Amino acid sequence: MVEISAPVSPVSEGANQADSVKMSARDVCVYYGEKQALFGVNLQIPTNEIMALIGPSGCGKSTFLRCLNRMNDVIPIARITGDIELDGEDIYAPDLDVVELRARVGMVFQKPNPFPKSIFDNIAYGPRIHGFSSNNKTDMEELVATSLQKAGLWEEVKDRLDQPGTGLSGGQQQRLCIARAIAVKPEVILMDEPCSALDPIATAKIEELMDELRSDYTIVIVTHSMQQAARVSQRTAFFHLGVLVEEGDTDKIFTNPDDERTQNYITGRFG
Amino acid sequence: MTTQMIFLILLLAGVAAFFYGRMRARAMTVASAEKFHSRPGHHGFYVTIWTMLPAFFLIVLWLVVAPLVVRWAVTNSLPEAATASGESVSLIMTTVEQLSRGVTQLEEEDFDRISSGAMTVQEVMRSKGVLVGSDAKPYMLQAAILDERLSANSHLFLTLFAGITMIGGFLYGRRGIAPRARARNAVEQVMTLGLIAASTVAILTTAGIVLSVLFESIEFFRMVPPADFFFGTVWDPRFSAPGRVGGSDGQFGILPLLWGTAYISLVALMVAVPIGLMSAIYMSEYAGNKVRSIAKPLLEILAGIPTIVYGFFALVTFGPFLRDAGGLVGFDIQASSVLTAGFVMGIMIIPFVSSLSDDIISAVPQSLREGSYGLGATQSETIKQVIMPAALPGVVGAVLLAASRAIGETMIVVLAAGIAANITLNPGESVTTVTVKIVSQLTGDLEFNSPQTLVAFALGLTLFVVTLGLNVFALYIVRKYREQYE
Amino acid sequence: MTDQVQRMDVTAGGRVAKSEKSKLVKRRYAAERRFRFYGMAAIGTAVFFVFLLFGSIVNNGWSAFFQTKLDLTVHFDESVIDKSGQRDRMTLLTANYRKLAREALLAELGVDPADRPMRRKAEALLSRGAAIQLRDVVMDDPSVIGTTQKVELLASGNADALMKGAIDRDVPESRRQLDNRQVAWLDELRAKDILSLAFNTGLFTYGASSQPETAGIGVAAIGSFFMMLIVVLLAVPLGVAAALYLEEFAPQNRWTDLIEVNINNLAAVPSIVFGLLGLAVFINFAGLPRSSALVGGLVLTLMTLPTVIIATRAAIRAVPPSIREAALGVGASKMQTVTHHVLPLALPGILTGTIIGLVQALGETAPLLMIGLVAFVVDYPATPMDPATALPVQIYMWATAAERGFVERTAGATIILLGFLILMNSTAVIMRRRFERKW
Repeated sequence: MVEISAPVSPVSEGANQADSVKMSARDVCVYYGEKQALFGVNLQIPTNEIMALIGPSGCGKSTFLRCLNRMNDVIPIARITGDIELDGEDIYAPDLDVVELRARVGMVFQKPNPFPKSIFDNIAYGPRIHGFSSNNKTDMEELVATSLQKAGLWEEVKDRLDQPGTGLSGGQQQRLCIARAIAVKPEVILMDEPCSALDPIATAKIEELMDELRSDYTIVIVTHSMQQAARVSQRTAFFHLGVLVEEGDTDKIFTNPDDERTQNYITGRFG
Repeated sequence: MTTQMIFLILLLAGVAAFFYGRMRARAMTVASAEKFHSRPGHHGFYVTIWTMLPAFFLIVLWLVVAPLVVRWAVTNSLPEAATASGESVSLIMTTVEQLSRGVTQLEEEDFDRISSGAMTVQEVMRSKGVLVGSDAKPYMLQAAILDERLSANSHLFLTLFAGITMIGGFLYGRRGIAPRARARNAVEQVMTLGLIAASTVAILTTAGIVLSVLFESIEFFRMVPPADFFFGTVWDPRFSAPGRVGGSDGQFGILPLLWGTAYISLVALMVAVPIGLMSAIYMSEYAGNKVRSIAKPLLEILAGIPTIVYGFFALVTFGPFLRDAGGLVGFDIQASSVLTAGFVMGIMIIPFVSSLSDDIISAVPQSLREGSYGLGATQSETIKQVIMPAALPGVVGAVLLAASRAIGETMIVVLAAGIAANITLNPGESVTTVTVKIVSQLTGDLEFNSPQTLVAFALGLTLFVVTLGLNVFALYIVRKYREQYE
Repeated sequence: MTDQVQRMDVTAGGRVAKSEKSKLVKRRYAAERRFRFYGMAAIGTAVFFVFLLFGSIVNNGWSAFFQTKLDLTVHFDESVIDKSGQRDRMTLLTANYRKLAREALLAELGVDPADRPMRRKAEALLSRGAAIQLRDVVMDDPSVIGTTQKVELLASGNADALMKGAIDRDVPESRRQLDNRQVAWLDELRAKDILSLAFNTGLFTYGASSQPETAGIGVAAIGSFFMMLIVVLLAVPLGVAAALYLEEFAPQNRWTDLIEVNINNLAAVPSIVFGLLGLAVFINFAGLPRSSALVGGLVLTLMTLPTVIIATRAAIRAVPPSIREAALGVGASKMQTVTHHVLPLALPGILTGTIIGLVQALGETAPLLMIGLVAFVVDYPATPMDPATALPVQIYMWATAAERGFVERTAGATIILLGFLILMNSTAVIMRRRFERKW
């Protein structure tokens, strides 16, 4: 089973992109206690593109995503082997500081999780802990404003920045969380099914937003919606039962996949 | 410099170090092109930790060890004749320590007076405003001088070394401020260690309880054979009189106390279990939100009232009431009796039974109720035949927890149960309990090392073991019960 | 739910023969009603006990807040107080103030000071504390010597009891604490408006005393205050730190399991055992001063610690994991996540738990008896190292005293203690309502 992933490993078609690889995973396995959740995943994430991770539930796509900024460290029984590099630097190196890593690789979660603080403080929190010149008030205001603008939320909330972030609607909350992630100026943004708790209109807004963000950031999105993956991403990776089955240009994956399982999944035979 | 002063200076230095570290880190952030790993505040804390912690540990260690060293040196300096005369070294040392407080005020002529025998040591010291016992002898004065000098020296060195450690720590911490230095990680590690230390206090408390009660109990069992204590049927400790240390004329049979404790707890449970359990059933199965929201806090008030208030209530209101009521029907009830104490204690533990049972009954899955209703059972039939059998183990656990409360309760029985150690079946008579006797053996001016006092610890040990056993068992039952429905 | 059940009963009954059905159903409904009545009766009984308890305490204790006083015209006779005119402190302190008070009363009643039996009877209406009151007046301002002043003096316990109706006038004279003559005097004084009931400030300010009218909870309240201060300063930081460690940092292993079990069992150890611990460890081993608020505070700290830890853990657990993920996701460290987000969000819960722990500590008596806080303390403790006593212990000591006046004081002090507890509990409830956050 594992050898199937070999041909799609980026060595073949990644040659022309070698200079623009942002993150790369080599032979990543994850165990939760006795149970193995990921089996030898090899994947290269290109710079300034949106990479979608798709697959049926429990296939390991979220697990893999959480490896990319070491959120799995939070789970005591999780264990990971293999290498993940960010700009050629091993992110699991013992002397690497996980906090610095997460500042570079931000994350947006499935359910919007704003802090129960004001909208302003939600955004300003990250920059503050990372030492953004907090003594300069106008700078911070500017940063908050640009982050909200980038997240497309500015027009809606600019008059009520001191209101609690929990008072926004679901879609607004999620964009607030994206703004919060952007404010830290990450290089990569990981999104774990960011639209699964939202209505279609809010989803459309977020998808639009992702496309705009692509020019500045590398985005990895986990989604259970194949349409969404097709709409927003340039590259797609299909996971099944903890194995990376196939990865390639989104167009190719959705029109002419190499693997039968991918074919079955995108045509809706399982998952 | 007093010890408090040293601690105060250390504290101030720590605060100053924080501001210095933060300032320096800030300045370096601005100057250096490289991005700093940690925030200036972290660097500030880092310097503070290095400034304060090593010095702090040094001071604490010194304060524990130095007095022992000084004492050892002074004891060794005592003339052999003194220790050979059979006087207790610890008594001599007590006097020496008293003397050492006043020796600095002595002048040449005072020593002359003492050596010529014109005045005793005690008289000289009194003229300086220092009170010492009449057993103060001239040779002790020499020891006191040594003691005073060593202590002063020790303190001087302490100040010196603490200062050096503090400054050294500060310099070391200051050197650590650098762009790539992981001050945050270091600071957070120290904080985590602090949290771990805090979480061990609970363990230390238990260890403290077990060890202290155990040691004093062993001391007691050296004077009174354990068999006499555990199987004796007569409790009559007598008074401890000075000079009779070691020997015991009293009898220390715990059985009457255990009987009293058990009898009163039984009465309490007979009051609390029906009322508490029926209240819980009504509140969880019948009552609407409104009744619940009023009745539940009202019942919980009973749990919040201090036990001394229950005791007072039993003493002035309930005891006399029961006595008069008993008199009307021709039943002789003393004002302090099993009934009085048991009944009032029963009121106290109603909320324990009711709130625990309420939780347990609520944990019975809805599917069981629906199954029973679906068969056409009424609500009370469902409760009696389906819910209660299912909840029984949990309810038993709740009752056991309440029983352990009742057994360990002190103030109600101190005020309302009486002090006579009887084994009687008559609930109108007064009995006494383990807790009452712990209080009465330990209050008042008693000599500590007599069996009359130490027996309180043996009683405490018994109480601790019994209640702990009950608790562990009850919690085990309740947990098993919960797991069943998870 | 009730409707549903009744409907089901009807359908169930439908299968039984018609004639039997009504009988059986009737019986079953009767059983249902009975059972329901038992439940209501149980709650009713429990609630009745709550009111009985409070009613009995208030009934016994309301009168403690009032005190009978005598407005006497006292001549501060220089020849009695300080013949020499030196105004020497020692002389002023030891002068015969009793005589001044007595003469003022005798003059008011028109009793001849030479008539010894009558004099003694009249004197019995004055509290022994009256002399101290006069002394305090003189010590405050020695210039009153030689003048005549209106002074409010304490009446004796028996006079106070008569005023409050605690001494029954219908009891035969031989068995009454006050004879007919004394009762007549008191009535006369009352008619002249010299004798009156006034608010009893002494209850709040005095310390221990062998006479009920000069006994108060002042000293005990300060002792309790010191102990609560120590509990807050020690139990809260220790408890919160321990809870944080166990909830947020601790690995799941034997050691943390041990700590968990330990805390749960510690919460159920009888309080008196903590007293034994305090006696053996703090007093006998560490040599801290007996009868001091410091040792009391330490023992209460160890007792409240499990409560604080358990409450804090519950509050921390109520903070949803998504908040932690959000903070970690923007690159906050574990410690930053906890101190910036989890702790502030758990704060209301922690405070509520702390108040509940304090309530428990404030009402605790038994362990304090073990460490010598049952002391007759007259002076206010200046530091936690001084001899002190605590509110509930003061109640205990008064409860075991014999005089009728002390029963009233005991109940009065109990009302004050309960007042404090209710105040603290309501604060906790209000805070819980106000800051409760639904996630």
